[in-house]
Amino acid sequence: MIKFEGVSKVFGTEGKAVQAVKNVTLTVNKGEVFGIVGFSGAGKSTLIRLVNLLERPTSGKVTVNNLEISTISPTELRKLRRGIGMIFQSFNLFNSRTVFGNIAYPLKLAKTNKQEIKRRVKELLQFVGLEDKEDNYPEQLSGGQRQRVGIARALATSPDILICDEATSALDPETTGEILNLLKKINKEYNITILLITHEMHVIRTICDRMAVMENGEVIEEGNVYDIFSDPQSKTTKNFISSVLNDKLSPRLLKKLHENPTVRLYRVIFTGEASSKPILSQVTRKHQIDFNIIYGSINELQEQLFGSLVVEFYGGKSEVDKVVEELSKIVEVREVVHHGS
Amino acid sequence: MGVDWNTFWPRIVEATGETILMVILTLVFSSILGILMGLLFFVTREGNILQNKYVFNILNLIVNIVRPIPFIILLVAITPITREIVGTTIGTMAAVFPMTIAASFAIARIVENNLISVEPGIIEAAQAMGARPIQIIFGVLIPEALGPLILGLTFITVGLIDFSAMAGTVGGGGLGDLAMSYGYQRFDTSVMVVTVVILILLVQIAQFTGNFLSKAVLRR
Ligand SMILES: Nc1ncnc2c1ncn2[C@@H]1O[C@H](COP(=O)(O)OP(=O)(O)OP(=O)(O)O)[C@@H](O)[C@H]1O
Ligand SMILES: [Mg+2]
Repeated sequence: MIKFEGVSKVFGTEGKAVQAVKNVTLTVNKGEVFGIVGFSGAGKSTLIRLVNLLERPTSGKVTVNNLEISTISPTELRKLRRGIGMIFQSFNLFNSRTVFGNIAYPLKLAKTNKQEIKRRVKELLQFVGLEDKEDNYPEQLSGGQRQRVGIARALATSPDILICDEATSALDPETTGEILNLLKKINKEYNITILLITHEMHVIRTICDRMAVMENGEVIEEGNVYDIFSDPQSKTTKNFISSVLNDKLSPRLLKKLHENPTVRLYRVIFTGEASSKPILSQVTRKHQIDFNIIYGSINELQEQLFGSLVVEFYGGKSEVDKVVEELSKIVEVREVVHHGS
Repeated sequence: MGVDWNTFWPRIVEATGETILMVILTLVFSSILGILMGLLFFVTREGNILQNKYVFNILNLIVNIVRPIPFIILLVAITPITREIVGTTIGTMAAVFPMTIAASFAIARIVENNLISVEPGIIEAAQAMGARPIQIIFGVLIPEALGPLILGLTFITVGLIDFSAMAGTVGGGGLGDLAMSYGYQRFDTSVMVVTVVILILLVQIAQFTGNFLSKAVLRR
């Protein structure tokens, strides 16, 4: 479990100080995959580095496994760090060591005996699917393979927390998918808590249980991934979500549709139960009007369906109003106005 | 005015031996001192694993004072210290001392520069695993920078062959001494040619060995 309480981090001194993290309060529960999304410079890396004290908080409290870390001794810190695996965007493998040597290094630091190191490294190589690469050097591997080595190395000392700083940002989409699957498998099989940061909503959607959105050093939104996807509050969050859900009409198409003043567009958002029922056709049939789905998508999020459709209703104003009223009782309906929504 | 090559060849062999001894001893002593200084430089640098403004600035000042002094002047200037430490100012050992001083500071800079080029993320990864500073220095920093470090030391070695010739002229013995006393002072070009050829060969051997070792380390 990781807990931030009113944590701030300021870089530099007076005059040209940068407040990278502002008063963040956040809890990552044991066994979950927690994702933090934000644009470049939002303070994500700084926040995640506070967890293993690669950065020290300027104020506030960071607690890891019930231990307040800012006050611990260097010896305790090293012990803490052995319980937190970390993987990086640029992998940060030791170029002077082979794959075996890289994975063995944290075990050597922990004074594990030679035979046990051998056994553990083999086991990890098998887990990440690189049995045949143990004698290769990092430069002989592809990006995805390097990250697998990074993951194996981070898991070597059996940590209960894994922190990932943009672990897939340097990889192509297919390899990203493979690495995300691997992370999910780690979370499920070993019950390791994963805290990751990313600027790709796709990553959050694929493996996270809960999430937070960061902007200018602050956490502006936090919660269950499904809840945030289905009901985002801030503009930034909405933008991030549109980047993966593809549920936004282009301004050009919207303008064209609005050229006909009789057309009324609605966004209908289906969540939970509603997404698996023929609600739209039931209600429109009842009031004898037609509808046309102009745009939208249905997505799977955390094994639940989530739909967001832009719909055009054909019929008299009063019928359409009735349909909208009735639909609003079951799903979320919003009129789509000129400047997007 | 010819040279009696029968008695001269043994002198050449002896002088070559002296040069090699001077260079190797200097290399050993200055590598130890220089690498330690270079490491201290690097780790005490701002934002680094043992950041320490005072140590860094003092070290920096010393290096910047000693480095620009031309070797021939340093050689003469520190004779009193040489006499204190080595016991004499003449001979091979007396030459090794000033050469070590000059080379140590050059090596310190080379070590520092090569360590700076090690990706900070790699050091951070080791820190995140709970490595101590000393484990990071010897287990990560030095191995990661070893290829370029060897090339840097090779560069120094070649420079030392040059220095040894200079040190020779103030009584250090070796090929430089021989070239000066026979070739220069007696206007005998053939002796000059022989010593120069041997010096060139020594430089070639040093460079070849360095390239070979760094290649082996870098695997390319
Ligand atoms: N060591 C540092 N010294 C000074 N400023 C820093 C330092 N590290 C980060 N910053 C500043 O803090 C802010 C947040 O940086 P951070 O790296 O945490 O952002 P990020 O969200 O991870 O961005 P990215 O997605 O680009 O990695 C930035 O304005 C950055 O310039
Ligand atoms: Mg970052």
